[in-house]
Amino acid sequence: MRDVAVIGIGMTQFGELWGKSLKDIFVEAALKATEDSGVDHIDSMYVGAMSSGLFVGQEHLGAVMADYLAVTPIPATHIESACASGGAAFRQAYLEVASGASDIVLAGGVEKMTDTSDVTEVLATAADQEYEVFHGVTFPGLYALMANAYMHQYKATREQLAAVAVKNHRNGAKNPNAQYRNEITPEQVMTSTMVADPLRLLDCSPVSDGAAAVIVASMDVAKKMKKNLIRVKASAQTSGTIALHSRESFTTLPSVVRAAEKTYTMAGVTPDQINVVEVHDCFTIAEIIVSEDLGFFEKGKGAEAAEKGLTSIECKRPINTSGGLKAKGHPVGATWIAQIIEIYEQLSGTAGERQVKNARIGMTQNMGGTGASCVIHILEAI
Amino acid sequence: MIPSRYVREIPQRYRLEGGKCLKCGHINFPSRLICPECKSKEFEKTVLQDEGKLLTYTIIRVAAEKFSQETPFAVGIVELNDGVRVTCQIADAEEGDIQIGQRIKLVFRKIQEDGKAGILCYGYKGVIVG
Ligand SMILES: [Zn+2]
Repeated sequence: MRDVAVIGIGMTQFGELWGKSLKDIFVEAALKATEDSGVDHIDSMYVGAMSSGLFVGQEHLGAVMADYLAVTPIPATHIESACASGGAAFRQAYLEVASGASDIVLAGGVEKMTDTSDVTEVLATAADQEYEVFHGVTFPGLYALMANAYMHQYKATREQLAAVAVKNHRNGAKNPNAQYRNEITPEQVMTSTMVADPLRLLDCSPVSDGAAAVIVASMDVAKKMKKNLIRVKASAQTSGTIALHSRESFTTLPSVVRAAEKTYTMAGVTPDQINVVEVHDCFTIAEIIVSEDLGFFEKGKGAEAAEKGLTSIECKRPINTSGGLKAKGHPVGATWIAQIIEIYEQLSGTAGERQVKNARIGMTQNMGGTGASCVIHILEAI
Repeated sequence: MIPSRYVREIPQRYRLEGGKCLKCGHINFPSRLICPECKSKEFEKTVLQDEGKLLTYTIIRVAAEKFSQETPFAVGIVELNDGVRVTCQIADAEEGDIQIGQRIKLVFRKIQEDGKAGILCYGYKGVIVG
């Protein structure tokens, strides 16, 4: 396997993009990434999207996007792994370049969620239809089951969950591409509409439209194109049980733990050496559990760490400097690609007001469903 | 919903039938073709215990359209006495009544309606037994 670098990034504004179509936003992000990289062609492309079929009624996304991006006849493939679709798409691009089969590959992600009326039903297709969703459980409901179990087991408080949303909105306010650029208070979180106890509206990532794309290239190509080199240091993908109830514990995500172990081993680094990390905070409780499963905090200490502010930009363990899914927005398929864009900017020193000082090694963690799939990458500035 | 899809689930939903692995004894619900514990492919039909304890729960207040007339309703994960865990609604309870660790019994109830002219869908819900 040869060394692989990210050489270009592009994303749309995340938000309710009523005037733009699924195709419009993907092509906008892909063109920005291609222009940013400076390459004159791509060898192939992957499109991460969770459910364009149910959201917009459009499948066959690889071909659709290759056509509208004017890059036919290159191979173009749609990758689906629920909320981890973008991460899985990037990993395929990474493997294709690492294997030597291609030199320059585009990995993009997109979701157009505001073109449908029943987003809750579409998102629930990432869970077990016959044994979870049949009974009326929703995605916020599944994460609420985890939150309740976590609060019961570790005596965590409502205030501690709220701290995650408050911090992510503070970061999102500094991100021009974020859906929400307003700061919020713990009181606002704790008095917002209850969605699934104990999770309230401001514990939940929003419904969003958006697209993001990156150009992945061999190190040889990267050296010709760029001064700042951002290398993909490790890549791992795991699967887990589709149903939450099949897990031994509801307060840890085995797919995340295993993917983290694999990436740390592959990269030869420890959690302490990671300077900045983007995690999948689809709900506040998710950021807390994942921050423990990635080895940043002891089990049961993640909630306290969030409340103490240990995960803010200025502290030792900055998490979700982009604003996370909570404030930046969560156009499902685009989410992970946007995570890697944040890490790319942090490692390039171009994250502006959100810049973490001397960031050299960054991590992205993306998961599908209640953690039935997980994709983690570690990137390094060289 | 296509009737065959509903009919396939009747043994599980109406009668709590699972598959007990003949090699390691693990009970799969629903039954599977290969045991996730030991990879054996031989099972015998078994009927789950209908009592257990509540491991975690939530009150769903925003539901998919199909369940929007039912809100708020409680959903929990119940560990049955034979170790099998299921997700189901917790019925007949006032909001403040439900607590982690409570004893739960699975009962036969209507779960959802498949539109105006579709199937009435039945299955199990949990009720608190003390
Ligand atoms: Zn077995």
